[in-house]
Amino acid sequence: MLNFSRWAIAAIILPLAIGVLCAIPSFLPDATVAQLPRFMQTRVNLGLDLSGGSHLLLEASTQDVAKQRLTNMEEQVRTELRRGDPKIAIGDISSRDGKLSFMVREPSQVDAAVERIRPLTQGAGLTGQRDFNVEVVNSSTIVITPTDAGIKSAVKSAMEVATEVIRKRIDEMGTREPTIQQQGDNRIVVQVPGLQNPKALKDLLGQTAKLEFKLVDTTANPSEVAQGRAPVGSEVLPYAANPSGVPVIAVKRQVMVSGEDLTDATQGYDQSNQAIVNIRFNSAGGRRFGQVTSQNVNRPFAIILDGKVLSAPNINEPILGGSAQISGSFTVESANQLAIALRSGKLPVALTVVEERTVGPGLGADSIRAGLIASVVAVVAVAAFMFVSYGRFGMYANLAVAINVLVILGVMGILGATLTLPGIAGFVLTIGTAVDANVLIYERIREERRRGRNVVAAIEHGYKEASRTIFEANVTHAIAGGIMLALGSGPVKGFAIVLLIGIATSVFTAVTFTRVIVANWVRRTRPTDIHI
Amino acid sequence: MKLLKLVPDNTNIGFVAVRKWAFALTALLTVLAVGATAHKGLNLGVDFVGGLMIEAKFPQAVETDKVRSTIGSLGVGESSLQQFGDPKTVQIRLPLPEQGGAGAANAVVEKTRKAMTAQFPGVTFSRYDTVSGKVSGELIQNGVLAVVLAILGIAVFSWFRYEWQFGVSTFVAIVHDVLMTLGFFAITQLEFDLNIIAAVLTIVGYSINDKMVIDDRIRENMRKYRKMDMKALIDLSVNETLPRTVMTSVTILLALGSLLLLGGHVLRGFTAAMMLGIIVGTYSSVYVSSSLLISLGLSPQTSEKKAAKKGDYAGTAERVGPRDDGAKP
Repeated sequence: MLNFSRWAIAAIILPLAIGVLCAIPSFLPDATVAQLPRFMQTRVNLGLDLSGGSHLLLEASTQDVAKQRLTNMEEQVRTELRRGDPKIAIGDISSRDGKLSFMVREPSQVDAAVERIRPLTQGAGLTGQRDFNVEVVNSSTIVITPTDAGIKSAVKSAMEVATEVIRKRIDEMGTREPTIQQQGDNRIVVQVPGLQNPKALKDLLGQTAKLEFKLVDTTANPSEVAQGRAPVGSEVLPYAANPSGVPVIAVKRQVMVSGEDLTDATQGYDQSNQAIVNIRFNSAGGRRFGQVTSQNVNRPFAIILDGKVLSAPNINEPILGGSAQISGSFTVESANQLAIALRSGKLPVALTVVEERTVGPGLGADSIRAGLIASVVAVVAVAAFMFVSYGRFGMYANLAVAINVLVILGVMGILGATLTLPGIAGFVLTIGTAVDANVLIYERIREERRRGRNVVAAIEHGYKEASRTIFEANVTHAIAGGIMLALGSGPVKGFAIVLLIGIATSVFTAVTFTRVIVANWVRRTRPTDIHI
Repeated sequence: MKLLKLVPDNTNIGFVAVRKWAFALTALLTVLAVGATAHKGLNLGVDFVGGLMIEAKFPQAVETDKVRSTIGSLGVGESSLQQFGDPKTVQIRLPLPEQGGAGAANAVVEKTRKAMTAQFPGVTFSRYDTVSGKVSGELIQNGVLAVVLAILGIAVFSWFRYEWQFGVSTFVAIVHDVLMTLGFFAITQLEFDLNIIAAVLTIVGYSINDKMVIDDRIRENMRKYRKMDMKALIDLSVNETLPRTVMTSVTILLALGSLLLLGGHVLRGFTAAMMLGIIVGTYSSVYVSSSLLISLGLSPQTSEKKAAKKGDYAGTAERVGPRDDGAKP
């Protein structure tokens, strides 16, 4: 039991040495780390609460939300009156000054039209308050005006959705532990740890990521299109990369498939090694895409992102598999960004960055300094206590814990994990259990000595019996940690990551590593009695 | 050198004998804790419920600690400070008064402004605004679900691996620890912020560890002393592990104590929660979860059957008592 072969010792020491080496960059200044080769840059990132980071203030335009609502309303009114039964013919539709007005062609149908529109203007709440007011002017023109309360609630729900979308996008980017808060009525605060590249973040959050596929209107007169006029049922959209040289293109108003029907988006490459985005539709979207492409072989369709045409490829054959590619002069980075944005859904409203700053640690620099001092004192106190309780063995345990801390940092560095205050709590817990493992072993050895076993037998037994207990306790711990990691988010997740890493390393250092040291000492000195 | 021993050798304290009292006390305290939480509620921090954001510009760089203590004396709630852009600008987050709407918010801003101007002449509030919580409701729900499932997962593991009694007693004891911690926060009205969640998780983790150690010893002794009365056996197991229980608790309390005294204001609630949790957790391991095994009807025979069926390491334990499957405890 106490004999370790050279190989076994090497197998135990080597991973620990690697772990400790990987922890070193975390203690070096930035400039030094930057000079190290890439694989040596294994640093633990500190979270927002510990080291601060970048702060972005995003603002949604309330008018934008109102305008969009009016556009949706227009769409709904059209469908309701033109498609419903009986049909009501309308014309002169205009949305100006934040109002939607249209004329009912048959004056006798005005009342019926108002009746049909009313349900569309009802608020979602139970208060019975209206989102829009409907009135009839000049006996045949109906004017729909959004109410203030309606706009307010629309902005509120748009902001809630936007906050969630932003949270998803930042998570997808791999940034851990951001702070995302709504501020005031129409602003969102985003804080991310570290100072690396806020531009990429700004680009990502600035994209609305409204993706649409529409057919190109090939019947349109090119010269009219160039002047911005499109035939009925079509619209003119900017198309910067248009091969014909005119930076606009006419497309049908009707949407073939939109971003809502996506299930996945990933960055990839096409045959000529150009960066593209591969997308996959859900079954309804896939079916519709297949249908439209089958009916329009040899005609072009436009891929439209945020109201701009990215590319307008030809439909060479029906696209039936439910997946498609988006091409359009991407770099690998911009393609990846678009993929992330598409995966996390479109923003319900466009956001603009109105403020950008560097912020200090969320906990306050003073608190962190105090915390550091307190931690040092805590470590010294625990180490001293272990020494006065177990003498030589206490020092072995201290050595094991010190190595354990470094190895945990090393592993976190390798994984690029972020350390936050909850993470530190996980740290404290693993160090506590690591100390506890040694306490278990040593108390067991004391017990076995009291029962009259000789030194070697007591140590052997102590390790054997205590190892089982330690193993049991850590397996249960790992189960708890695993569940928290899988289901939790934010602080629960940050805690669980450190806990799981710590469980793996602390069993190894507290049991296996101290055993090697103790065995080595026993073999060298052959003690007849031990002080424990 | 004489080594320190906190617990004398071969203690023989009758933990099981007082279990009725322990159960009654535990039940009473738990009911109190739940009642306090339900009645007074938790003082949820800005992280959860949102609040007021004030951006303060100072004529020169300030120490956030001074700003914190100035605001702390106003009675407007726990402030959270962050250096904002440059050392002269500090962002202050405060909880919003529960009632009163916009008027109350303005009153808080005015009160803060007055006190700050007195303390730091020349300070200006460049803007203030309301902010939402840092976490959405969905995140909180997921977090709670994760923790509950983690505790359940451990109970199920204990049950499948050994006896259902171990699963139930562990579950009850850990839930008790969490409820007591929540009760502590409800009664003291210390701010319950995101970091406290981490503290609660740590308490759960520590408590699990503690219970597993004692449970494991009980199982070991059940195999060793098959004729021993269950009460005596549990007393023996708790006494045998007592040096370890005390050593570990003291070590951790030592570490937490220094954090509590020196760790500054922000860590105080966090550390207090952990300390309380460690004490409660140790208490519930020693007095509640192990004694509960008796009330749940655990007997050496149940473990005997299972061990024989599985043929696991029972055979390697040393046999002290004679084997007698027919003995009743």
